[in-house]
Amino acid sequence: MAECGRVDSNTSGHTMDKSITLPPDEIFRNLENAKRFAIDIGGSLTKLAYYSTVQHKVAKVRSFDHSTKVHDKLYEIAVQEEVTARLHFIKFENAYIETCLDFIKDHLVNTETKVIKATGGGAHKFKELIERKLGLKVDKEDEMTCLIKGCNFVLKNIPHEAFVYARHADSEFRFQTTNPDIFPYLLVNIGSGVSIVKVESEDKFERIGGSSIGGGTFWGLGALLTKTKRFDELLQLASKGQHSSVDMLVKDIYGGSYACLGLTGDLIASSFGKSATADKEFSKEDMAKSLLHMISNDIGQLACLYAKLHNLSRVYFGGFFIRGHPVTMHTITYSINFFTKGEVQALFLRHEGYLGAIGAFLKGAEEDNPNQYSWGENYAGSSGLMSVSPDMNPMQRARSGTFDMLEMDRLERQLVNLPLLQDASSYIPDTVDLTEDAQAREYWLYCFEEALDGVVKRAVASQPDIPEAAERAEKFRQKYRHKLQTLRHQPFAYGSLTVRSLLDTREHCLNEFNFPDPYSKIKERENDVALKYYQKAVKSLDELSWEDRQFAIVKGVLAGNVFDWGAKAVSEVLESNPEFGFEEAKRRLEVYPGSLLQGPPHRCALFFVDNSGVDIILGVMPFVRELLSRGTEVVLASNSGPALNDVTNSELQILTERIAAMDPVIKSALREDRLTLVQSGSSSPCLDLSRLDKVLAMVVRERQTDLVIIEGMGRAIHTNYYAMLSCESLKMAVIKNSWLADRLGGKLFSVVFKYEVPAGKAH
Amino acid sequence: MKIKNRKTKETTFPWFGMDIGGTLVKLVYFEPKDITAEEEQEEVENLKSIRRYLTSNTAYGTTGIRDVHLELQDLTLCGRTGNLHFIRFPTHDLPAFLQMGRNKHFSSLHTTLCATGGGAFKFESDFLTMADLELHKLDELDCLVRGVLYIDSVMSSGPLECYYFENPTDPDQCAEKPYALENPYPLLLVNIGSGVSILAVYSENNYKRVTGTSLGGGTFLGLCCLLTGCSTFEEALEMASQGESTRVDKLVRDIYGGDYERFGLPGWAVASSFGNMMSKEKRESVSKEDLARATLVTITNNIGSITRMCALNENIERVVFVGNFLRVNTLSMKLLAYAMDYWSKGQLKALFLRHEGYFGAVGALLELLHPS
Repeated sequence: MAECGRVDSNTSGHTMDKSITLPPDEIFRNLENAKRFAIDIGGSLTKLAYYSTVQHKVAKVRSFDHSTKVHDKLYEIAVQEEVTARLHFIKFENAYIETCLDFIKDHLVNTETKVIKATGGGAHKFKELIERKLGLKVDKEDEMTCLIKGCNFVLKNIPHEAFVYARHADSEFRFQTTNPDIFPYLLVNIGSGVSIVKVESEDKFERIGGSSIGGGTFWGLGALLTKTKRFDELLQLASKGQHSSVDMLVKDIYGGSYACLGLTGDLIASSFGKSATADKEFSKEDMAKSLLHMISNDIGQLACLYAKLHNLSRVYFGGFFIRGHPVTMHTITYSINFFTKGEVQALFLRHEGYLGAIGAFLKGAEEDNPNQYSWGENYAGSSGLMSVSPDMNPMQRARSGTFDMLEMDRLERQLVNLPLLQDASSYIPDTVDLTEDAQAREYWLYCFEEALDGVVKRAVASQPDIPEAAERAEKFRQKYRHKLQTLRHQPFAYGSLTVRSLLDTREHCLNEFNFPDPYSKIKERENDVALKYYQKAVKSLDELSWEDRQFAIVKGVLAGNVFDWGAKAVSEVLESNPEFGFEEAKRRLEVYPGSLLQGPPHRCALFFVDNSGVDIILGVMPFVRELLSRGTEVVLASNSGPALNDVTNSELQILTERIAAMDPVIKSALREDRLTLVQSGSSSPCLDLSRLDKVLAMVVRERQTDLVIIEGMGRAIHTNYYAMLSCESLKMAVIKNSWLADRLGGKLFSVVFKYEVPAGKAH
Repeated sequence: MKIKNRKTKETTFPWFGMDIGGTLVKLVYFEPKDITAEEEQEEVENLKSIRRYLTSNTAYGTTGIRDVHLELQDLTLCGRTGNLHFIRFPTHDLPAFLQMGRNKHFSSLHTTLCATGGGAFKFESDFLTMADLELHKLDELDCLVRGVLYIDSVMSSGPLECYYFENPTDPDQCAEKPYALENPYPLLLVNIGSGVSILAVYSENNYKRVTGTSLGGGTFLGLCCLLTGCSTFEEALEMASQGESTRVDKLVRDIYGGDYERFGLPGWAVASSFGNMMSKEKRESVSKEDLARATLVTITNNIGSITRMCALNENIERVVFVGNFLRVNTLSMKLLAYAMDYWSKGQLKALFLRHEGYFGAVGALLELLHPS
């Protein structure tokens, strides 16, 4: 009984605004290579989507041929241009359509593009304008199909896409963990009417019901009752009203509650029941509030009845009635809680407004097979979720003229779950949710802001021969500082705020300004130095008794992990005291762990490594060597792309070859395929075990991995500290941050050594 | 003391059952027609006066009304024969009613007044202080179920209580037909008063409230008063009967130009209730009658949707609609009959009962005579 769609735009007017407050080239980025345009025109907002390619500078390492010539350097670092795919989504008010189309026309170089996919209620209205301005043929796509396609895409590719809304909680938004199995779910789209759609798989969905009482009813009836024209103003009125003066409550009929049915006195018995009189005046606010409750409760009730009938527990709400409005998210949430007694939670989506445009784009890009890749939200290029709550963000009312953006990068590798997670659906990578922990948030935001000067300095130093590096570094500083400021006010902008997301945002911003690997030279130097000590280190270990060796090996990994440019306390020591060495680090360690590696050997160990230099070469490698000599196969997982001084997969390939040349144990293990190097699929100093390289997952399965070792603060403390694995695991790190050490009840340079055996799997 | 009396076969006259709702008070009164000469002599003056007042008038004060067409004559109840009268007045006139009870010395009769509905709880102390009457309070849904089953059973001799609409999807062929409600279980009972309660009834003593909605008769009247300036249910219905809701509502065909075939939505279906009212020009072009009609259609269809979902969830195929929202409201009844039939593809049958809003009061009366 309802349309799926949007509101026609006759209420919002046709006046075209020629002024855009932001420079358009910062909005419509990478237009030169843009293709596969799609547009979704709703009642008041237009969403544009296109595919483009981005030229990036990437640092590549390449081994010298050491047999023919003696090189003073370990390996060659070459900065190369690399082309990656990126999806751009831009949302703006309909008033800017003409200006935007003109801008696109002027900057569109690619002549292959012939069509633009279009959806949304306004698509037919602007068809002629689009065809005339862009010279592209408008190809209309079914609105609901686009919506569902878009919804599947964001649920699969964007972590923390869905959230629960809790108005009075410490954090307004509670993000849901990403569950790889997104189906089945119910999508309740509240446009002018309501459509209730059951989605069972990528291509299978069905409109199972709907209602004519929707956003259009709120708007239309609200306009009649209050003489208020705009939807937003009606919501404003509603947020100030008291519905009990208009509605007949249970207590108005019973004098109190209707206890034997469990109906409380404040429950609405009859919406507008008190206005059945000709001789009383009611305030606009009160009527608007009553209307909002009436409609939200009604939709919530129907959604619950459909969810129950089809046995579905995941119910997402979208449409212009919801679109980020805290008032409606609150009333819908309330209604769902009431009707399901808390069994079903109302879920909302961060990128709800983009679903139609994303879906239309995907329809047009089917030949590129976008669904066979993994995509990631680019924090540098995306605006993030804004609070439209008037209390939280008074500036929001004057938002017209601003543009909202979402950018997604095509990831080189397809990402999947680590098969060894005990329960993938409940796995949360991050240890502390800074969205909820205000004290920790305060500290980390301060910490990242403090560290910014150093990062900028390092970035400039990494490109000494490029004069404009300083200028770019300055732009990076501004961008990242602005991100930090946004996050201070709106910690929920990109999902749950975590140390990982702060680090990833910084990496995205550095890449944005072509600082692909600021630590490449430091890493090289440190790798070089560490390699020189390798043989000596191994020899001294080999001289120890078995028991002393186990002890020394573990101590070595931890001492090696102290060498970390990402940790403020350490980078200060390293900056000021270049003589600071491995032995010194060992002396600084506060606690020594007990011995490991008793009992029968493991079949295969998966080792997530951390830093370059001493850490990987003098810490990790002797450990690996010991495992190999016990008959345990080893899979070394390192980053696919650079992040801080973390060792990358390509660097590790070279280092391992060099070590193999010195060490027969490693050499034979490589030859016999007992030591394997894989990339993690990540370019982060942290580790999300639910987004790992598909090949890694395959290797882990094939080798019947029965031990997982995770090393370092980023991977074992900030993330995965609480991760539950289905096999034995060891999490090792040195706490290189005094605030965190305090929090955990230890001292700076305390050791975390967490060895866990899942119940029933004693080694 | 009065409760003890009720245990004996001869419950003291007068026999009343009362249902005090959010909008209306419903009163049923049993008028014994088999009074013996002996009884006549013993009958106190106050009782006679009340009987005469109620039975010789069809209107009481400015707002009280006796629905004469619903009167059940020659009814045997508890060994007595007489007529059952159906009276209603607005809940806000309850004080006047209590004043009348005081004037007529109702309390001197030492009868038990069985009352249900929320007002039995809310106004309990007013009954005591204003009319010196102690209420025997009863649960409204118990009374409703009991009343429905009773009235249906006693009506089997005369014109049937229950009816339905034949050919509900064809306006020209649509006609009211009697329906024998034998083996009524399971049954979905939808009571549309100010608000709506939906019950699943499995036997006389086994029922549950499935859900309810606040969009009911009170919402229709409340919105109509705000939108059109009317003040009574009859006025609102009269306006609705003359209006055209399609000027107010946005239909599927207004958006898609016809049917939305992909989802099996016919062009005439309402896509957005009051959806056309988002536009200023259209707001200025609609009449009060159109608005009243749209309000009626919106509320009625919504009740239809929720009912249909409950019927599916509870796996029940027969739905009985009762409550005063349906009084003189053929428009809504036909709409409900249509909606049940169309959207269920003929699976669901909408049934209606002639005594629409009085079942709670009847149930209260039965409780007086046969305490459960």
